[in-house]
Amino acid sequence: MRRETVLNTVVFLGLLVIPLWAWVSNEPFTITLATRVAVLALAGVGLNVALGLGGLVSFGHAVFFGIGGYAMGVLASHSQTFTPMMEWPFLIEGTKSMPVIWLVAMIGSGLAALAIGALSLRTSGVYFIMITLAFGQMFYFFAISWPAYGGEDGLSIYVRNGFPGLNTLDPIQFFAICYVILGLAVFGVARLSRSSFGLALSAARQNATRVQSVGIGPYRLRLVAFVISGAITGLAGALFADLNRFVSPTMFSWQTSGEIMIFIILGGVGRLFGPIVGAALFILLEHFLGGLSDYWNIYLGALLLVVVLFAKGGLIGLVAGREVAHD
Amino acid sequence: MSLILMIEQLLNGLQFGIMLFLMAAGLTLIFGVMGLINLAHGSLYMIGAFAAAAVAAATGSFLLALVASLVAAAVAGAIIELTVIRHLYARDHLDQVLATFALILIFSEGTRWVFGSFPLFLNIPDYLSGPITLPGGIQYPFYRLMLIVVGLLVAAGLFALIAWTRLGIQIRAGESDREMIGALGVNISRLYTLVFALGAALAGLAGALIGAIQSVQVGMGEPVLILAFVVIVIGGIGSIKGALVGAVLVGLTDTMGRFLLPTIFGAFMDPSAATSVGSALASMSIYVLMAAVLLFKPNGLYGNA
Repeated sequence: MRRETVLNTVVFLGLLVIPLWAWVSNEPFTITLATRVAVLALAGVGLNVALGLGGLVSFGHAVFFGIGGYAMGVLASHSQTFTPMMEWPFLIEGTKSMPVIWLVAMIGSGLAALAIGALSLRTSGVYFIMITLAFGQMFYFFAISWPAYGGEDGLSIYVRNGFPGLNTLDPIQFFAICYVILGLAVFGVARLSRSSFGLALSAARQNATRVQSVGIGPYRLRLVAFVISGAITGLAGALFADLNRFVSPTMFSWQTSGEIMIFIILGGVGRLFGPIVGAALFILLEHFLGGLSDYWNIYLGALLLVVVLFAKGGLIGLVAGREVAHD
Repeated sequence: MSLILMIEQLLNGLQFGIMLFLMAAGLTLIFGVMGLINLAHGSLYMIGAFAAAAVAAATGSFLLALVASLVAAAVAGAIIELTVIRHLYARDHLDQVLATFALILIFSEGTRWVFGSFPLFLNIPDYLSGPITLPGGIQYPFYRLMLIVVGLLVAAGLFALIAWTRLGIQIRAGESDREMIGALGVNISRLYTLVFALGAALAGLAGALIGAIQSVQVGMGEPVLILAFVVIVIGGIGSIKGALVGAVLVGLTDTMGRFLLPTIFGAFMDPSAATSVGSALASMSIYVLMAAVLLFKPNGLYGNA
């Protein structure tokens, strides 16, 4: 077995074993930490489709994370106050059912990704980074200045939404939901990257001119990848909101975009399990360094700087070496 | 709505735009010459503001505070150029974004560590405070008017520097062909440090000038940084003229949007709904402007393809 495969298996099983152990020894906080890792990793898996496969440096993925969060917040708040979302031309009511919320979150963030992608993919390089960052800020300010759903204060949801057959208020059961979704997403992205679409997308990242010369348009490939990426991150946003039972404009902030990107870098760009390794490392650092010092972001910044300057492959790259990096 | 109010708002928009120009000019210069996207530019803006607030509190002199902001930001810029940024020129944009993002984390937390989380205040000196009467009987804050004047002077100085001085010739040459000017015997790494420090000094000055009308706090730089990005996208990367036009456009659009949109919606909605819809849309107006420019000119107004 390749060393990367071993590391991936250890990390993925570890993410299952640690909360199970915490469940047995009755430590719900550890389960919540593991759930955070799973949800944030899912957001990273989404961004990795655009960043790792497509080479699209999107600094605006907080948009999709936030839309997912607000999809949950808006639907659940209408349901908890028993007010319909709209009555005309047809009745739409809020809901507390997770599968419906997930669907709405993915469709909403996918549509936003379609609009943002259609505009920003007309450009490339630095323009693309700046434009995605700017659109992220646009949604942030919109969420702050739109008073109907809490504005700057955000929205609290008092009871976690339900999933048929499970008690989602039990930490381990909610963790199980997030873990299974993460597993499915990783499996789906793995299949996607080996499909003809994924191969063409990778080729467009490495050399767009060659892809164009064999008759494939990179623009459409990238747009589809961007939409898939946004939808996965949106789903993560809905789960994150359900984990905290709270949504606020912070989910849209540029720092959130940066953090999702950090997960990928700490783990390793373009590696299938990179976001999981990175998110786990991030939460561990936040937990332990945050306990040591109020100013833990200094250490995070220093670590990030070292990884970018000296250890390009991230943690997986350090362990597995460069043998598996294809480009 | 009176004409006087309208003119006041136009001046506010102009003032906002000119300050954005100071940020955007440094960013676009650094991108044009070195091909680097620098997210930490907002941190340099913050450093300028904190240096000014600290020096003003210690000496009581506003002019010394402005000098301190220029020096502190330029020195901080030169230090990060020599230690970190220098290693990023040959890297791809993702590495540049991440490394400069790491610098933001370090600078923001470091500033919080040194100065605490509470905002500092930088007072407008007496000789600059109070309103001034403009021709036509318009009362306008003297300080804001001075911001416009100072900003325009700096802009003129920058254009003169680039058009007429030796450094300007090297900057322009660097923008069109980096390797060639190295081959012609220009000390390219010194040029890069100089350009970076110049851009940092402009950002620091903007931070100090704005710090006197807003509060000086950690995280003040990044919203301005993102607006400066919008300016650059509209103006075209690497173009100082584009940065000036883009900055004024963004400043006017934002200020006039916030001023006019609630009134316009008020014409056919009830006042409270009009205020909320109008202000929500106003906060999006500059991004809509950016999207519109992108639709017709993907490389910005003055960008070369």
